Amino acid sequence: MTTAGSDTLVRVRGLRFGFGPRTIYDGVDIDIARGKVTAILGPSGTGKTTLLRLIGGQWRPTGGTIEFDGVDVHQQSRKKLFALRKRMGVLFQSGALLTDLTVFENVAFPLREHARLPEAMIRDLVLMKLEAVGLRGAAALYPEQISGGMSRRVALARAIALEPDMVMYDEPFTGQDPISMGVLIRLIRGLNAALGLTSVIVSHDVAEVLSISDHVYIVSGGKVLDHGTPESIRNSTSPLVRQFLHGEPDGPVPFHYKAAASYATDLLGA
Amino acid sequence: MHTRSLEILVGFFVCLGIAAVFILTMRVASLDKIGNSGTSFRVIAKFENTGSLGAGSAVKLSGVRIGRVRGISIDPVTFQAVVALDIDGSYNSIPADSNAKILTAGLLGEQYIGLEPGGDETALKNGDEIKFTQSALVLENLIGQFLTSFTQKDAKKDTDAAAAPSAR
Amino acid sequence: MKNLRLIVSNFLRGLGEATLFLFSIFGAVPAALLRPRLIAQQLYSVGVLSLIIIAISGSFIGVVLALQGYRTLSSFGAASSLGVLVALAIVRELGPVVTALLFAGRAGSALAAEIGLMKATDQLSGMEMMAVDPLRRVVAPRFIAGIIAMPLLASIFTMMAIGVAGGHAVGVELLNVDAGSYWAQIHNAMHGRDIRDMLIKSTVFGVAVSWIAVYQGFHAAPTSQGVSRATTSTVVISSLAILALDVVLTAFMFR
Repeated sequence: MTTAGSDTLVRVRGLRFGFGPRTIYDGVDIDIARGKVTAILGPSGTGKTTLLRLIGGQWRPTGGTIEFDGVDVHQQSRKKLFALRKRMGVLFQSGALLTDLTVFENVAFPLREHARLPEAMIRDLVLMKLEAVGLRGAAALYPEQISGGMSRRVALARAIALEPDMVMYDEPFTGQDPISMGVLIRLIRGLNAALGLTSVIVSHDVAEVLSISDHVYIVSGGKVLDHGTPESIRNSTSPLVRQFLHGEPDGPVPFHYKAAASYATDLLGA
Repeated sequence: MHTRSLEILVGFFVCLGIAAVFILTMRVASLDKIGNSGTSFRVIAKFENTGSLGAGSAVKLSGVRIGRVRGISIDPVTFQAVVALDIDGSYNSIPADSNAKILTAGLLGEQYIGLEPGGDETALKNGDEIKFTQSALVLENLIGQFLTSFTQKDAKKDTDAAAAPSAR
Repeated sequence: MKNLRLIVSNFLRGLGEATLFLFSIFGAVPAALLRPRLIAQQLYSVGVLSLIIIAISGSFIGVVLALQGYRTLSSFGAASSLGVLVALAIVRELGPVVTALLFAGRAGSALAAEIGLMKATDQLSGMEMMAVDPLRRVVAPRFIAGIIAMPLLASIFTMMAIGVAGGHAVGVELLNVDAGSYWAQIHNAMHGRDIRDMLIKSTVFGVAVSWIAVYQGFHAAPTSQGVSRATTSTVVISSLAILALDVVLTAFMFR
């Protein structure tokens, strides 16, 4: 059973992970198809960002395996892990741009670190990536001089600088105005098609995610609740999925955080 | 370019730092040119008391430093202090009967060994002993002597005074 | 009692973590040394930017020491020894120690804050995911630059204090101590050993401050509170470490 060369780029099996006593994942299976946009949807606090860090090999799962293109991410030497990471781009929620470098240098950063290229070639490559995200004009600015939406686009240009197989987006739509949101949706779809990328989007923005993804996983309480095409998810009968999709305040995810004693006991005393 | 001026500033900083080290070693500190070089020779001198003399103290001839004290030990028989002196090899004509005194630079300054040349034809050479020495002045002893002579003088004056009327 | 045990175990854990961190920095140093440009950039921020405060403080301390020393010495009629007093105090103690304390406040806190902020804003994570080792790219160059900068800054401080603007200006120009005897006395009383010891001391302080700063930054909680705590701890722990190390080193050097 291997994912090398198959349709599945990332295969997660029986994933378990927790911070101390808190369980984040309790046996999760996920397949991420090559060349497709796969979304991981779930309420906040379900460890969606954690999943990206696990796939990237920054953290180790307490159980289960994660294979990237047939290679177990957590069984690699540091050197091989770094080689794997060059094939994955990550777009952090904050953009994670290096604040002491210009936009241009940020995009050039992975090229300078990993490839011994002549300066003219780096310049051309960087300008091409920046053009792809529509920010060639901002090349000389510093990260603090551009808006949050622009930062994410620069980070996207940086993530694709090394021409990876896969790009992982961590909450790309959070806190964006409708225009930036539209730009990002177009970019994610467009780059996925143009560069033959595999995209993984981790998010809780239901409408946007359903509009651009090919396959959706709904994760909550450490388990995969449901998965399938956006259509099948919309028609899901699971009460939790329905609550999440429609944003109902109470339901399987209770409005009240679990309390030790009943309300009456707390108010009236024992 | 931006990086260029940065590099110039860093270069300036490093130069300034190295210049400071250089100035400090050359201008401020006296490099140990004497005593460690292979061209020095060693003589010993025995003293009753070396005061605060220590390894590294200067050896001077007519006020010019010609060497350093290498070490101080005790003669197991006579219990005298044996001071080993490293003298620069270029001072190879110091008369063998020169005498060595432990002197003090200023009233409170550090102690050093002052050599006074004698008249002998033969010169000091490696392994020789300087025979004529004068120990360090120990302040307490000095004050002690001064006080004794003072009280004696007083006593004498008293007896003089007592004797005076009868003489008159 | 339980609190005490918690404090002790936390302290031991921090110390162990910091020591292991130091080893991994050492592992990253050779790779960082191959990129002198990165080190030069950091030398600018820890060295060049500390230059002014170091030079000015050095002058002030030299001036104060000369004024104080002159009063005391002249009452013994030993004003000509002013140079020795200033020079020995600065070279053996005040130069390396005060420079290191200022360095911890100026460069150490900036280092910790910078690395802590990079962590809080996912920049370090981002680098890792770009297959760039932040230890080599971020931590090691700063660590190396700190170690190079400290002895240079201490020498500049000492030079300012004794010579250029401090002791010399006050002693010779203001108090009319003879310039010849000021320098001759210094020359007589100080050995190359003293300068060497000053350089050793300041290098050790440089290692300590840089280590504490990069550790605090790298292990800061990734929040604004975490970063500010890392900055404060850097200055406090560095200052204590400098003074404690000074006791040990001085005991070794002037047995």
